[in-house]
Amino acid sequence: MAAIELRGLTKVYPGGVKALDALDLDIPDGEFFALLGPSGCGKTTLLRTIAGLEIATGGAVVIGDRDVTGVQPGGRDVAMVFQDYALFPHMDVTENIAYPLRIKKVAKSARRAKAVEVGTRLGLEHLMDRRPGQLSGGQQQRVALARVMATQAQAFLFDEPLSNLDARLRLEARTFLKKLQRELGVTTVFVTHDQAEALAMADRMAVMESGHIRQIGTPAEVFQRPANTFVAGFIGSTPMNLLDGAVRGDTLDVAGCKVGVPSSAEGRLSDGEKIVYGVRPEYMSYSAEPAEGALGGKVAIVENLGASHLVTLDVNDVIVQAVVPEGSEPSLGDDGYAVPRRDRALVYRDGELV
Amino acid sequence: MTARFVAGRIGFYTLIAVLLAFFTIPLLWLATAPFTSDPTYEVGVPDFTWENFQAVAEHPYALPSLYNSLVLSVGTALLVVAMAALAAYALSRVRLPGRDALLYALLLLSSIITGTAAMVPLFQLAVELNLIDSHLGLILILTGGLLPAAIFMMKDFMDSTPKSYEESARVFGASPLQIVRHVVVPLVRPGLATIGVWAVANVWGNFLMPYLLLSDVEKQPAAVITYTLYTEGGQANLRMLSTFGLLYSVPVVLMYLFVSKKYGFRFHGGIKR
Repeated sequence: MAAIELRGLTKVYPGGVKALDALDLDIPDGEFFALLGPSGCGKTTLLRTIAGLEIATGGAVVIGDRDVTGVQPGGRDVAMVFQDYALFPHMDVTENIAYPLRIKKVAKSARRAKAVEVGTRLGLEHLMDRRPGQLSGGQQQRVALARVMATQAQAFLFDEPLSNLDARLRLEARTFLKKLQRELGVTTVFVTHDQAEALAMADRMAVMESGHIRQIGTPAEVFQRPANTFVAGFIGSTPMNLLDGAVRGDTLDVAGCKVGVPSSAEGRLSDGEKIVYGVRPEYMSYSAEPAEGALGGKVAIVENLGASHLVTLDVNDVIVQAVVPEGSEPSLGDDGYAVPRRDRALVYRDGELV
Repeated sequence: MTARFVAGRIGFYTLIAVLLAFFTIPLLWLATAPFTSDPTYEVGVPDFTWENFQAVAEHPYALPSLYNSLVLSVGTALLVVAMAALAAYALSRVRLPGRDALLYALLLLSSIITGTAAMVPLFQLAVELNLIDSHLGLILILTGGLLPAAIFMMKDFMDSTPKSYEESARVFGASPLQIVRHVVVPLVRPGLATIGVWAVANVWGNFLMPYLLLSDVEKQPAAVITYTLYTEGGQANLRMLSTFGLLYSVPVVLMYLFVSKKYGFRFHGGIKR
């Protein structure tokens, strides 16, 4: 078990593409850490640089107080699960799980015993003689996990571990993975482009955009107080309302409506200032009657989310979305009023949280 | 079903039958003539004699030449497979400026190396290097001729194996040679088999190079010996030719059947799975 520390990590690909730009990151021992971002943001490059599969252009990678920046992947004492699992198709499950031990020159009987032990723990005992091609996606994933567990490495690196599973299995695997990580207590870094996955599994997460970390925090912090409009737009299964507005005395002028200043921004705004007003659809209370501090308009779209509805209001030609519990959903064309919760609404100045 | 349709069908199948006969009759001849006492150019019912085989066995150079063919083709195939695999792996995994141009240039040159155009310089080279009349020299030259195309084909196999297998082994601490042994070679085994069979078949049927570079008749392979099977009168010795031809073709057919059964000649490039 070891902490991972990145200092000023930079990766420039031949051709001048800067995939990582002077990143600093501390991942304490035993943490389940998510790297989240849209495709091309550098999250996979970061993971591969920690693994040693990419050579850093600048900066340092420290794993458990040991600077491993120039060390070959095999010498870093990390184990990695690849997006396609990379199970060797010509070896059966036992041989696959035992492969890291074979490299470490563990005797054949000892490594088979270890493979069976780890495989049994992950519920693979009746599949040990199969080839990867004869396994389902979920089983393949568990074999890949068993293989990294057999290494007893200091840290685990997962590259999009759930993206090759179908939707229902993914939820099961999410719970399973989180439980497993907690039991093993091994520092684990995983990469995902799915914000729901990161929020659900991680102890802490970093949101990345074009080679920079835009926010680091617990899932609750990142969800409730996105540090900038990029994170605000990226996190959340229904996107946050980000509305252009201006400060008018004690209130805000947003989409032609008068709304109260969010409690987090009180006393920090000056009159006449241009701002972006952010509020999640989940943090709006909806009513059919006019209310003070509400964003009012005509109902344009109603989307069924299951236990609730996502109502899209047309507020003076600005789109505002609110989540409405089941049973009180409006009809198209109705007048609707959405009141943001003052303790949850946020104000951004020049893209950064006030 | 109109009369026109029926007539069309009859015409179609007649054409197929004629085409089939065109390709089958020589094969039938090869199957029957060796067992006929006095074969002609016609396909006849054999009288199942073994005399022709005895005659081949008594020929001083016939059976040794098959052994020579075996040595030359297996030796060349082993060299080609080993060298093409390493070269293709490197070319597939290391990014070099002008790599593709190099590959195409090699492929183009390969048709020249063992072709008629290079006969004289090759002969001179072999003489200078004291490799004339030696199986080793011939194997080296044949290998040189086959390698570019083999590398080209092999690179396709290498390209189609995902890199993550190797990266995975690397993170577990495998050395480059371990990666090649444990991961890459098993993954491209069908490719290696394909190249091996292709090389054997190529050398087995090569007439020009051994004819040119081997003067000792005891070292000649079967393809060259076939050319000497004439009667005293200068006529083609059909008894010997047919029997020797059968013996000459059987090993290659068996090899194809064996490898095809074992590896199925799966070409797994081209389509992303």
